[in-house]
Amino acid sequence: MKPAPFDYHAPRTLAEATGLLGSLENVKVLAGGQSLVPMMNFRYVIVDHLVDLAQVEGLRGVTVADGTLRIGAMTCQRDLEFSADIETHCPLMRAALGHIGHRQTRNRGTIGGSLVHADPAAELPAVCAAYDATIEIASARGTRDVRFADFAAGFMATAVEPDEIVTAIKLPLWPAGHGDGFHEFARRRGDFAIAGAAVLVEVTNGVVKRAAIALCGIATTPVRLSEGEAALAGKKLDAAAIKAAAVTARSLEPISDIHAGADYRRHLAEVLTRRALTDAASRVGTR
Amino acid sequence: MSTHAIKLSVNGKAHERSAEARITLADFLRHQLGLTGTHVGCEHGVCGACTVLIDGRTARACLMFAVQAQGREITTVEGLAGAGGKLNVLQQAFHEHHGLQCGFCTPGMLMTLTELLRDNPDPSEAQVRDALTGNLCRCTGYGGIVAAALAAARTTKDT
Repeated sequence: MKPAPFDYHAPRTLAEATGLLGSLENVKVLAGGQSLVPMMNFRYVIVDHLVDLAQVEGLRGVTVADGTLRIGAMTCQRDLEFSADIETHCPLMRAALGHIGHRQTRNRGTIGGSLVHADPAAELPAVCAAYDATIEIASARGTRDVRFADFAAGFMATAVEPDEIVTAIKLPLWPAGHGDGFHEFARRRGDFAIAGAAVLVEVTNGVVKRAAIALCGIATTPVRLSEGEAALAGKKLDAAAIKAAAVTARSLEPISDIHAGADYRRHLAEVLTRRALTDAASRVGTR
Repeated sequence: MSTHAIKLSVNGKAHERSAEARITLADFLRHQLGLTGTHVGCEHGVCGACTVLIDGRTARACLMFAVQAQGREITTVEGLAGAGGKLNVLQQAFHEHHGLQCGFCTPGMLMTLTELLRDNPDPSEAQVRDALTGNLCRCTGYGGIVAAALAAARTTKDT
């Protein structure tokens, strides 16, 4: 189908963009458009105004400083996939990016767009959950930082108000030599996953100092498997410890929809957590 | 409903037209510029038939409004053949390896593989298949398309 009529705005500065969002009614932000435009074509979304951020200065790029990786919200997934900083400092995101849609959509889809769209099965929100990323949000009223745990508000819902724009994502880096693993299950390559697991582990003196396990496709927002994380703390990261952490997924109460029932998602959560942790264990100390 | 003057370059030729904001790049190319080689299949970014290159990168022309292409360089399937309509290496390989049957998906397949072979001139079969996950073909079973891509890579390497 074709989208319903709307007015298009292409501001060049953040102040101009937030000004438009603050003054217009029934307005949406256009980032890469790879989720919003299909919804507009289906007329699930009908807006009076679109504010395109493509020409707004300062919203793209990756920087590393003071132990924080900062990604401009309009940085496209394809650029992140080939970013040397992402590869070096955040291999978990590099692994997750390969599962997002297809090259044609990654060329335009942005990290900010992925987060605000907030599909429960999406990869980048799961990575942000694993890191407990900080989301930087701007409006004409000022800027604020929101922890990812507070940002993800529910099924395709976030803490972003209608007059606000996500401007950057800040990830607190894990030390060099940490392990990472990302596994998901989708029926076809490039589809949204039925479930996925993003994990980080830090091992010192042969035992797990801390672990982060984030699952997508299980609840209406990405969830942390805190029981599994706690089970790993202080343990040697061997097959027995990994299995013990993964089985804690059995206590999850997953969502059920036409793609998969709760039992199947619970099973996937356990299996994918185990695989992701196994990969993470093999990578500890290798980069 | 806003209308915008749009200046862009398609296959090296400059165009200036006006279009409503809601007109997708795919419809703009087909209806305003008469370049009907870019096919419109699903209109929600799944089938890949409308794939074009925007500043050298593949994108779904159905998931982009023409007004967003302001000042950009677009390459469509019409831009692939040489002088007098001579098929390029990839197109010739599709012809020789049964890379198409009905032809509906072919423009998108060609544009996706044009980007792949430019960035990775000697891809493995797995890499070709991975690149093609974003393009649906309901006739060929993909075998001929994959064979054509690999043959085009070989031909380019040998010449």
